[in-house]
Amino acid sequence: MSLIEIRDLHATVDGKEILKGIDLTIEAGEVHAIMGPNGSGKSTLSYVLAGRDGYEVTSGQVLFDGEDLLEMEADERARSGLFLAFQYPVEIPGVATTTFLKTAVNAVREHRGEGALDAMQFLKFVREKAGALNINDDMLRRALNVGFSGGEKKRNEVLQMAVLEPKFAVLDETDSGLDIDALKIVADGVNALRGAERGMLVITHYQRLLDYIVPDHVHILAGGKIIQSGDKTLALELEEKGYASFVGAEAA
Amino acid sequence: MAVSTETLEQVNSIAEDGYKHGFVTDIEQESAPKGLNEDIIRFISAKKEEPEWLLEWRLKAYRHWLTMPEPEWAKVDFPPIDYQDAYYYSAPKSDADKPKSLDEVDPKLLETYEKLGIPLREQEVLAGVAVDAVFDSVSVATTYKKKLEEVGVIFCSFSEAVQEHPELVQKYLGSVVPYADNKHACLNCAVFTDGSFVYIPKGVRCPMELSTYFRINAENTGQFERTLIIADEGSYVSYLEGCTAPQRDEHQLHAAVVELVALDDAEIKYSTVQNWYPGDEEGRGGIYNFVTKRGACRGKNSKIAWTQVETGSAITWKYPSCLLIGDNSVGEFYSVAITANRQQADTGTKMIHIGKNTSSTIISKGISAGRADQSYRGLVKVMASAEGARNFTQCDSLLIGDQCGAHTVPYIETSNPSARVEHEATTAKISEDQLFYCLQRGLSAEEAVSVIVNGFCKEVMKTLPMEFAVEAQKLIGISLEGSVG
Repeated sequence: MSLIEIRDLHATVDGKEILKGIDLTIEAGEVHAIMGPNGSGKSTLSYVLAGRDGYEVTSGQVLFDGEDLLEMEADERARSGLFLAFQYPVEIPGVATTTFLKTAVNAVREHRGEGALDAMQFLKFVREKAGALNINDDMLRRALNVGFSGGEKKRNEVLQMAVLEPKFAVLDETDSGLDIDALKIVADGVNALRGAERGMLVITHYQRLLDYIVPDHVHILAGGKIIQSGDKTLALELEEKGYASFVGAEAA
Repeated sequence: MAVSTETLEQVNSIAEDGYKHGFVTDIEQESAPKGLNEDIIRFISAKKEEPEWLLEWRLKAYRHWLTMPEPEWAKVDFPPIDYQDAYYYSAPKSDADKPKSLDEVDPKLLETYEKLGIPLREQEVLAGVAVDAVFDSVSVATTYKKKLEEVGVIFCSFSEAVQEHPELVQKYLGSVVPYADNKHACLNCAVFTDGSFVYIPKGVRCPMELSTYFRINAENTGQFERTLIIADEGSYVSYLEGCTAPQRDEHQLHAAVVELVALDDAEIKYSTVQNWYPGDEEGRGGIYNFVTKRGACRGKNSKIAWTQVETGSAITWKYPSCLLIGDNSVGEFYSVAITANRQQADTGTKMIHIGKNTSSTIISKGISAGRADQSYRGLVKVMASAEGARNFTQCDSLLIGDQCGAHTVPYIETSNPSARVEHEATTAKISEDQLFYCLQRGLSAEEAVSVIVNGFCKEVMKTLPMEFAVEAQKLIGISLEGSVG
């Protein structure tokens, strides 16, 4: 059984068809990258998988660990082990980052039939994970993402992934807005989470991120469809030739 | 607020061995007939064995009340109240009329008790079940009273204070809220049946949080309740009013009056959680909560801080205020008001700066959901005498859904050019981005709203005493259940 199996997925936003038949299978332990020009449907795919309101699936199927993903509500998907690292993490004023993380972790633990962590247990747990991402107690105390720099926000996303321990993670343009040092920290954090039980889908516009998070498979998304798939060399080829030659070939 | 384990133990021990003291006397008082007139007032006063001056004061209030028009400036909407169609002095309900067990109580109410973690025993009391071993909470209070007596603090029912400390009552009653202040307060002056009285002597820091929970001695004191708190020079008291659990109450109209007096260097912290029955989803049957709360910072360097978490009642009309008379006195108002379904709230504060270098802070957080409507109405008034007065006001409104309303009505009047008055206001909606972000992290829609709203209210919640705050946080989540998704 594959970790995630997407079959002929069509989806609309505001009545406009954005995804026009996506087929993609990801096995546990694999990292796939999706690259594509602006407007190709990359973010739409991530929101459809995460179950955001307003992203309507018109046909197709998604199996997650053998279960019908599209039947689940967004929060059920999250508790079942699907994680989305947001391109633009959202600010929640007044809610300390640790408080938010603890609420989320305990929601997921409860779903798995594990007991909730108390404040002390959680703090110990989160500090271990935070250290590796260069996140200190001060940042954990601040309100979630409020006044965080671009790099801090992205590190915080990876921290959430680390504490929630998902089966499948979608990283939506995690490299956007990062300088090279921040990119390395984030990539190291993501690499540390690679494992035989976990699958990842890395969505990016630029090949640069894939120098640090080396994918097993690369797909090119254009016009709402995957037009080509290959190994990591496809990303390099794309970088060299540009999207136009691939997209042009498809159009022709 | 839910009782602590310690209290429950005390209650249980009293309930178990209480009857051997034989305090079961005839509580089946006769009721006054329906309606309001001078005879009813004389009846109430006689029942309470009040001194002549208090009866005169009640009657003076009643005669004035007859001449007063209904206040109509608030942004709330309800049919005219028929004052003659109500009881002003009624006996406690006999057990035959009460639910026999929790099985006969509205399951929704029980669900809420469950979520708040209220012990079964207390659920029965709150829901008005005819409990076999009825314990008298006056007896619980006696335990506390002993501790308080050691330091000279007086904490008793208003009726008791009238008998035991008439000189204090006569000196301060109506000195902060005059009987003619407004129609609702005036009615309270005429017909109040009971309430709380607190006196903290000079230089005493009250050793515990005083809570009304320990001294509600009859079910029907709630309707026209009267509270008077006096903090003498250099004293401090923190007072908690209310209960996070929704209470059943047969009376629709509640018109309470609270008066606080802080003398030189004294400080009063008054925290309220109000969760009266808001009515059903269409607003039927909810409580009208028309309260007049005012504190006078009479002494220099005195301080009064109001914190309120208002989640209940069909209609809330409430403006806890401070008269900043003493030089350097400080007034604070922290408020969270939540309205859902058909609830209406018009609430805010008045800060009247009279003394020199007086300062006030107002933080108001309003949350509106469903088809509810709420207004913040606040007055900051700086008199000519208030050299160097300062005020900071922040009013934030949060809307959930697209059928609710939030309004901010600040009034600022300054007669002293040295005054510094700041007002900030924001209105926001819970964004779809925030909700989705929370859902994507595994929070349910209700948890998500609770987290976001608690974050929004944080500045106010942190001013609540610790254990109250934990319950109030839960309450916020529960109040907004079903308002999203």
